[in-house]
Amino acid sequence: MNDGPGVYLDYAATTPVDPRVAEAMCACLTGDGVFGNPASRSHEYGRRALEKVETAREQVAALVGADPREIIWTSGATESDNLAIKGAAHFYRNKGRHLVTVKTEHKAVLDSMRQLEREGYRVTYLAPQPDGLVDPEALRAALRPDTVLVSIMHVNNEIGVIQDIAALGAVCHEHGVLFHVDAAQSAGKLPIDLDALPVDLMSFSAHKVYGPKGVGALYVRRKPRVRLEAQIHGGGHERGMRSGTLPTHQIVGMGAAFALAGAEMERDLAHARALRRRLLGGFAELPGVYLNGHPERCLPGIVNLSFDYVEGESLLLGVRPLAVSSGSACTSASLEPSYVLRALGRDNPLAHSSLRFSFGRFTREADIDFAVARVRATVERLRALSPLWEMVEQGIDPARYHWATH
Amino acid sequence: MIDFELYSPAVLEHYERPRNVGALDPEAPGVGTGLVGSPQAGDVVKLQIRVDAEDRIVETRFKTYGCAAAIAAGSWLSERIEGLTLDEAEALDSREIAEALALPAVKMHCSVLVEDALRAAVADCRRRRAGA
Amino acid sequence: MTVYLDNNASTVLDERVLEAMRPYLAGPLWGNASSLHRHGRVMRSAVERAREQVARAVNAHPDQVIFTSGGTESNNLAVLGVAAAAPGPGRLLISAVEHASLREPAHALARRGWRVEEWPVDGEGRLRLDAVDPACGPAPALVSVMAANNENGVLQPVAEAAALWRPLGVPVHCDAAQALGKVPVDFGGWGVQLMTLSAHKLHGPQGVGALVVSQGAVLRPLLYGGRHERGLRPGTENVAGIVGFGAAAELAVAELAERAARMAALRERFEAGLRRLPGAVIFGDGAERLPNTVQFGLRGCHGETVLLQLDRAGIAVSSGSACHSGVNQPSHVLLAMGVAPELALTAVRVSFSPRNRAEDVDRLLAALAEITATRCAQETPA
Repeated sequence: MNDGPGVYLDYAATTPVDPRVAEAMCACLTGDGVFGNPASRSHEYGRRALEKVETAREQVAALVGADPREIIWTSGATESDNLAIKGAAHFYRNKGRHLVTVKTEHKAVLDSMRQLEREGYRVTYLAPQPDGLVDPEALRAALRPDTVLVSIMHVNNEIGVIQDIAALGAVCHEHGVLFHVDAAQSAGKLPIDLDALPVDLMSFSAHKVYGPKGVGALYVRRKPRVRLEAQIHGGGHERGMRSGTLPTHQIVGMGAAFALAGAEMERDLAHARALRRRLLGGFAELPGVYLNGHPERCLPGIVNLSFDYVEGESLLLGVRPLAVSSGSACTSASLEPSYVLRALGRDNPLAHSSLRFSFGRFTREADIDFAVARVRATVERLRALSPLWEMVEQGIDPARYHWATH
Repeated sequence: MIDFELYSPAVLEHYERPRNVGALDPEAPGVGTGLVGSPQAGDVVKLQIRVDAEDRIVETRFKTYGCAAAIAAGSWLSERIEGLTLDEAEALDSREIAEALALPAVKMHCSVLVEDALRAAVADCRRRRAGA
Repeated sequence: MTVYLDNNASTVLDERVLEAMRPYLAGPLWGNASSLHRHGRVMRSAVERAREQVARAVNAHPDQVIFTSGGTESNNLAVLGVAAAAPGPGRLLISAVEHASLREPAHALARRGWRVEEWPVDGEGRLRLDAVDPACGPAPALVSVMAANNENGVLQPVAEAAALWRPLGVPVHCDAAQALGKVPVDFGGWGVQLMTLSAHKLHGPQGVGALVVSQGAVLRPLLYGGRHERGLRPGTENVAGIVGFGAAAELAVAELAERAARMAALRERFEAGLRRLPGAVIFGDGAERLPNTVQFGLRGCHGETVLLQLDRAGIAVSSGSACHSGVNQPSHVLLAMGVAPELALTAVRVSFSPRNRAEDVDRLLAALAEITATRCAQETPA
């Protein structure tokens, strides 16, 4: 998987499609495949497509301990987040108009919340602890009598911390509040048992777990039943919650990806842990490097490091052709500091930059070694060039220096 | 700026192989130091010059904390001013830097910053000489 | 071997389109089009190339093409997006024969206080241009007229309809999901501000479509979560799907004349045979229609029964909109044309693709002849 350009360590942005998944998808796309519209009940082509769709639904449900009837297909996690948050808020608007989320959520959650604010809802944005975790007591304190929904992601896409969704969900349910979890980064990588978890809505993505882009799912609890107002109407597909022709090959791909992720989770996890150790070990000797987020309660496949006194853009340029991220892919069109890292509020030095390394099933040790060597060399080179690093070496704290502004 | 394709080969070349990186003893005779910008603003440039008895620049050093354009601009200028007198160096304009490196519009401030560093270094040099 | 004659529901993927998609679907190319690194930029350029292909296919500018998850989402984005940008509930005018994915968001708006009016059609399913007076009443926030009906294939005078509203500055949306690839589609020439497109109706992949949005159109997104697609449609781009859409659109337009001629020949052959069957009625017979679509009824034969018989005979057709298959109600399209409910319940839709052959038509005709001769004849005549 490394015959592409450079070394790819941006699995949290998107993963390569597993060849077995691709094969299952391509099999749907040939003339003798399953090209019918799954909503066409009047003929064999439609029924065969529907059968494939339902098999995939079972595969997705099985991975997360859900009933297949609790899985709604969407175009991706962004749509799932929108449907869960806006759909529940709209449906239960007479119950209350307050929602709670966390400052470090994905844009799909935060922007959905902002839209609800424009519609007159109130939203509380919790600050995480410096390690990225949300304190269940802080959540409890934020709940109000009119709170209808709490949305907290399982694994953060930038720093990889794993929230204690069992504890957070328990707080929600004690107060009769719906709990939505964005599991785009965790599904297929960590065990999830919705049968046992106090979660009402959960968003999934296929392309973060070796499946195709453009397909996702939303888990909607049946017992007790959670209701949503559809965001996309027309045709009444997916029990009226999400209309639109179901893209059979995409859904088949997601089902295959989730089934594989379940079957290979132990192996994938062990592999990611070993790579993580190797990566962190590679930077152990380099001064001024910090790991962002909780060091243990995190997904092994995401490592976010800050490098003091190195500027971000020149670092990214220098590490080419290593494909890493300087922030969430959705926001990285600008090099403003990541809002996730800012929300952690670590006592950061004045100047630093961060890289997110994310890796997985197809990453080799040699890829990690390449990344470590490339990043170390660039950081060292840029520090040798940096007047700030020079000050630090002379015992001057650039943060206390009186900078003339002009 | 994120699209590295916007950078000219000249910027990339100076970024990869910056000239005159390092430091001169700021207290040494004939040395002038300019340190401009701020970490908050995202770019810091330190430019140092050493002049001979005829006020001619005989040695330069620079360091940059900042983007590739700021590094390249510092590097390019450190070469450009070698052999110039202080008066000649002061007459240099940031536009010459921007043109030589074909800086994209969003990076024009980098050329201004290194020009400021040069002016500060020249002023420091003159001040120290007058004081000496 | 089953004969597939339900191409208005979905088409088989063109092999050439699959080949274009394969590197993005199965590797070696992957990446997030929003990422800065080379993997991301390779994806970005693939998306932008497809945007140009789609734009060219409908005479639009690439900047006007917003990729979505399909026709349903595009129709929702057009209706709900324009409504959300309006200062408050107002008036919405939609043709009486729009697809469910256009009607239902409109009905959702009606529940929020919007006045939704239907632009009537004549007995052949054609928009009655004289039936609305733009000077009358408050200007609608949006007018929506589809290019070609999914059930009966009747083509609508979109340009004429748009011209009526242009002096008032009312944005006109056109659902061209069924039209693209079968008849010329001209976003710029028709003078509409919004247009819905779908890939899987033209031998492209399922799960991708577009909304073409003119620069002047004001709308809010349906989904939130990033600045993708001019801020109108967030989410990681479905690059393989988008690439497939681009390739399919380019092929469909390049081969339009040839494909349309093939489909028209099949349709003619079928209609000629159909007219010889007792009690056969072709809906929208007098109107200009898509070259591939025939919606008909056999008087006295319930449509669902005919579908069942044809299914057993290995022929795949539908009653109309796939989205409502299984719902045993007369089509709103036929009712809007003034077709009696009993007759509307006989409706069967045959939709060809250029891949069908004359033998497919003959098999269908033979099966229909058998149905009329035997089982259906025992049903109560309508």
